[in-house]
Amino acid sequence: MKKIGSQTIQLENKVYILSSASIVGPKESEGPLAKHFDLCLDDEFWGEKTWEKAESKIIKECVNMVVAKSGLASQDIDLCFAGDLLNQCISSCFGLRSLNIPFIGVFGACSTFIEAISLGSVFIAGNAAKNVVCATSSHFCSAEKQFRYPLELGNQRPPTAQWTVTGSGSVVLSTSCDNSPYVTYVTPGKIVDMGIKDANNMGAAMAMSAVDTIITHFKDTGRTPDFYDLILTGDLGYIGKEIVIENCKKEGYDLSNNYNDCGVLIFDKDKQDTHSGGSGCACIATVFSGYIYKLLKEKEIKKVLLVATGALTNATTSAQGESIPGIAHAISVEFE
Amino acid sequence: MENKITPQEYEEYVEKKSPNSPILKNCFNAFWVGGLICTIGQFILEYCKYINLDTQISYTVVSVVLIFLSAFLTALNIFNKIGKFAGAGSLVPITGFANSIVSPAMEYKSEGYVLGVGAKMFTVAGPVLVYGISTSVIVGIIYSFF
Amino acid sequence: MDFINSIDWSLVLKCFITGGLMCIIGQILIDKTKLTPARVLVIFVTTGGILGALGIYQHLIDFAGAGATVPLTGFGNLLAKGAIQEVQTNGLIGAFIGGTKAAAGGIAAAIFFGYIASLISKPKIKKQ
Repeated sequence: MKKIGSQTIQLENKVYILSSASIVGPKESEGPLAKHFDLCLDDEFWGEKTWEKAESKIIKECVNMVVAKSGLASQDIDLCFAGDLLNQCISSCFGLRSLNIPFIGVFGACSTFIEAISLGSVFIAGNAAKNVVCATSSHFCSAEKQFRYPLELGNQRPPTAQWTVTGSGSVVLSTSCDNSPYVTYVTPGKIVDMGIKDANNMGAAMAMSAVDTIITHFKDTGRTPDFYDLILTGDLGYIGKEIVIENCKKEGYDLSNNYNDCGVLIFDKDKQDTHSGGSGCACIATVFSGYIYKLLKEKEIKKVLLVATGALTNATTSAQGESIPGIAHAISVEFE
Repeated sequence: MENKITPQEYEEYVEKKSPNSPILKNCFNAFWVGGLICTIGQFILEYCKYINLDTQISYTVVSVVLIFLSAFLTALNIFNKIGKFAGAGSLVPITGFANSIVSPAMEYKSEGYVLGVGAKMFTVAGPVLVYGISTSVIVGIIYSFF
Repeated sequence: MDFINSIDWSLVLKCFITGGLMCIIGQILIDKTKLTPARVLVIFVTTGGILGALGIYQHLIDFAGAGATVPLTGFGNLLAKGAIQEVQTNGLIGAFIGGTKAAAGGIAAAIFFGYIASLISKPKIKKQ
């Protein structure tokens, strides 16, 4: 493991992604990727009394599922990296309190999934752990409650608004190989604040941080966009996606052929009325764990750059009129 | 990469990229739904007049009935769909005020009836009472000097 | 039926149009200025209070009936007018009584029905 360029870590010993699991809520179950997810819920409460409890249950079951799929016993897992959007990351803490695996809570807003995988990979590459589980979750209702309005309030969502994905995605990372895709590079991103204050336009607030991380990754690794079969951002939605393509082009990187965004993929914009697309910690987590991982396993695609984006804001700062800083973390996943 | 564009330039750029709300369609829906809600109020008013109720009381009857209907539709999980369609059409009439009290009451039920329902009921509509009542007090004080 | 015959249909039409126009103003505020719903409501109630105090709003009520009282401007007007009336009968202290007294029915109804709703129902996800 070594640092290359300005901010990229090259993992010389491969870190394998042994298994992945995904659970999604009712709306995602009606979306275009529904058939790829491991479990589709038709009730946003999943038998629980509150949305917070439901979200905890989703991440708990998702982690149990991914550990079972990996074929490892839970005592073989050395560490768990997990996070979510609710205050003090209570979904993951409460959901995983009975896990009995050393737990490291992480927060990077919607970029948490890749942040967790980055940390897990570096721990494994540095011989600090052999097997690591990484998971994130989000829930539309609990996120609306914390960040926006009560669910039953009769307000209109502006066209720039995004829809928080209900669900959880998880992966098991390991040193041992079982014919699995592996992480090769980790590019942690810088905080980029473009001064956007509109909490209903998160895609625009985060897009430039994704541009910064993507370009830095290319410069550090010497790779070009066409090296990858797919470049995938987390939850920029339609507006953010356009901004990324245009601004990368300005810097001489043409992403128009192989770039997409999980927020765009997960919902059918016209049928599901999700405006600018999906968002939330679970957006890239479920799309990667459910869909992209499968494509890699089946060798439909061989090299993917995953760039998870996060809007580092909360209800207090937006009420105080602060701008919304963005962050983006990238990992390169390959399978030859 | 340096931030080559300033926040102002970026904001203008984002503004151009972002689709606008379909304002004509929204206004049309707001107009007829809002008009309809007021018309329901007018029918109630006419009925109060018909049974010879005092005018002041009649207006209160109209408010209470419309607030009841709004609370009822909110409890049936229907009001938010009307609000999504009509926007200001259901927000500006007293139905919107009622919905903004009922919806947090339902939302925060999970935190209990005192700290949830009781404490959070006015998270959205509280400002309306604060500014409405404060305005009335100021008006009253000014009036008492003339 | 006598009731149907007693209805002043031209007033109903004026009510529909006035109420609708009020909502259009609100819609333009929301779409063009990115004001949140709570801010729009505050603007309406305060404007109604000021117009009511100046005696202007009463003309609109005479013209449009419920079309002027049902929108939240009417609520503001009710508060301001209530304060003025109470000051007329009880002096300065009336400023603190009149507004809330006049609007008591609406406020109590909203609180009570809100509480009942929270007892019998819980929020559901917006499928659309």
